[in-house]
Amino acid sequence: MDKKVLMKGTDALAEAAIQAGCRCYFGYPITPQNEIPEYMSRRMPEVGGVFLQGESEVASINMVLGAAATGARAMTSSSSPGISLKQEGLSFLAALELPAVIVNINRGGPGLGNIAPSQGDYYQATRGGGHGDYRMPVYAPASVQELYDITMNTFDVADIYRTPVMILGDGMMGQIVEPIIAHEYHKPEDELSPKDYILDGAQGRPSRIIKSLILDVRDMEEHNWKLKRKYDLMKQKLPQWEEFMTHDAKMNIVAYGTAARIAKGAVKRARSEGLKVGLFRPITLWPFPDEAIITIAKKSKLFLVFEMSTGQMIDDVRLAVQGKIPCEFYGRPGGIVPAPQELARIIERHWIQKEL
Amino acid sequence: MKTIYTRPKSLKPAPFHYCPGCGHSIIHRLICEIIDEMDLQGKIICIPPAGCAVLAYNYFDIDVCESAHGRGCAVATGMKRAAPDKIIFTYQGDGDMAAIGTAETLHAANRGEKITSIFVNNAVYGMTGGQMAPTTLLGQKTSTSPYGRNPDVEGHPLKITELIGTLPGAAYVTRTSLATPAKIMATKKAIKKALEAQMAGLGYSLVEVLSPCPTNWKVSSKDAFRYLEETMEKEYPIGVLKDITAKKKDS
Repeated sequence: MDKKVLMKGTDALAEAAIQAGCRCYFGYPITPQNEIPEYMSRRMPEVGGVFLQGESEVASINMVLGAAATGARAMTSSSSPGISLKQEGLSFLAALELPAVIVNINRGGPGLGNIAPSQGDYYQATRGGGHGDYRMPVYAPASVQELYDITMNTFDVADIYRTPVMILGDGMMGQIVEPIIAHEYHKPEDELSPKDYILDGAQGRPSRIIKSLILDVRDMEEHNWKLKRKYDLMKQKLPQWEEFMTHDAKMNIVAYGTAARIAKGAVKRARSEGLKVGLFRPITLWPFPDEAIITIAKKSKLFLVFEMSTGQMIDDVRLAVQGKIPCEFYGRPGGIVPAPQELARIIERHWIQKEL
Repeated sequence: MKTIYTRPKSLKPAPFHYCPGCGHSIIHRLICEIIDEMDLQGKIICIPPAGCAVLAYNYFDIDVCESAHGRGCAVATGMKRAAPDKIIFTYQGDGDMAAIGTAETLHAANRGEKITSIFVNNAVYGMTGGQMAPTTLLGQKTSTSPYGRNPDVEGHPLKITELIGTLPGAAYVTRTSLATPAKIMATKKAIKKALEAQMAGLGYSLVEVLSPCPTNWKVSSKDAFRYLEETMEKEYPIGVLKDITAKKKDS
């Protein structure tokens, strides 16, 4: 029976991973995500899984890689500076086509920065982050329920496409407590093919090699095109987004994650004053929901991109919109979490200036 | 007719790409002989390094997973924790093991991971063209220590095997050499014992193998083996540094 429970973001994420069959967690402490490894250290022994605190983020992501090579559902979590250290491993996971789930609870940066909610890692998350020509699905949940649902789904996406998948949240998403339906996990058996690539000893079959060294440039080019075909398929299948009051909106806010929650409040305020404003919330940051946002652009006159950074996702919005309508920006970097009233004032200002 | 020498079953029939006089081909063969003798082909997994031996999978007819430079012991940890019934070994060079991968190596050993590392020490970075390694000898000239390794500038040779020998998680730690046929046979024995220690669940096992690199030492193969015995073995004495296998057997 699906039960309604009160859960903290990090706990919902960790429990969803376990429900989805994740039996290997490797991580290194860093604030503001320590509740995830702490939860895993309690829960994994109960379900016969592996919890191991690595000596570094570098080691942890490579432990994930090793576990994934044996066919296990494996994950790690960290926060911004730690995610920088994992980039080498992410590039290798992408190259080796090994599935894994990586959680980034984004904090203020660059450098050590602070531990407050921030969206400064958008570029790093969506532009590859590590070296080489690869992409990685990135999900940005905006509620505890979505953290739960998305986490379960990321393990399927990772297995279906044999790819690392990132969940991008922040301290607000991790700390927030909300009621959720903690439903059971349903494995999409028809979409998951047997893992015929895993290493379990060459018993009764030819030996297998999992490798990314491809010295012949023609073979390397073919590998890059093979990955590209996979990424094209993801672009068709994976985009997810939410629209809020966009049906008649002249102006749409574009925001994700915590910023989208703030934006929803601001949109409600603007609506109460009679302004026809809506919200477009990308749930997948890569692949970016290009086509959906173009449809919205055709119906409205202005986009206002709101991010808790100096402006990163706005590049993707502008690329998608291709100059069809103006895209303005409002941002609060460094860990500032503005109230909906603040954004509502910005909305009003643009409304008046642009004579909407 | 009696066969006295043949290619091991787990060694693919491919010519080695290694330079003449290189120790890798000898060690590869030893490993494959052991895999055959212990009947491990169906349950052993190798993690080769970034370095000359990354291409080990062209020769080992067993499951192999490449790792990034230095991360072998972390990848092996993830594998062994996820699949405890498999036998996992890393094959690593000096740069991989004792420079970029020092943290991964020491911590895996300290946790007593039930994995085995074959650590090939030739005192240079072979694949990249003979640069200074953490194990380069004092005074040794390399392409990045052209005036000879100076301890005031580059520090002293790092003896990671001795360090690991002090850790409670380590079950069997030894250093061998390829300098003579007898020492090669001793190397084989050591590798076998290291794998047995893993299979007995005793902890981390490590065999450091002193190995010649005539190309980057810029000497003939014959002189390389002499250098190995007369110079390398002085800095890195061969012998067992830790062995709890006998004790465990007794108890």
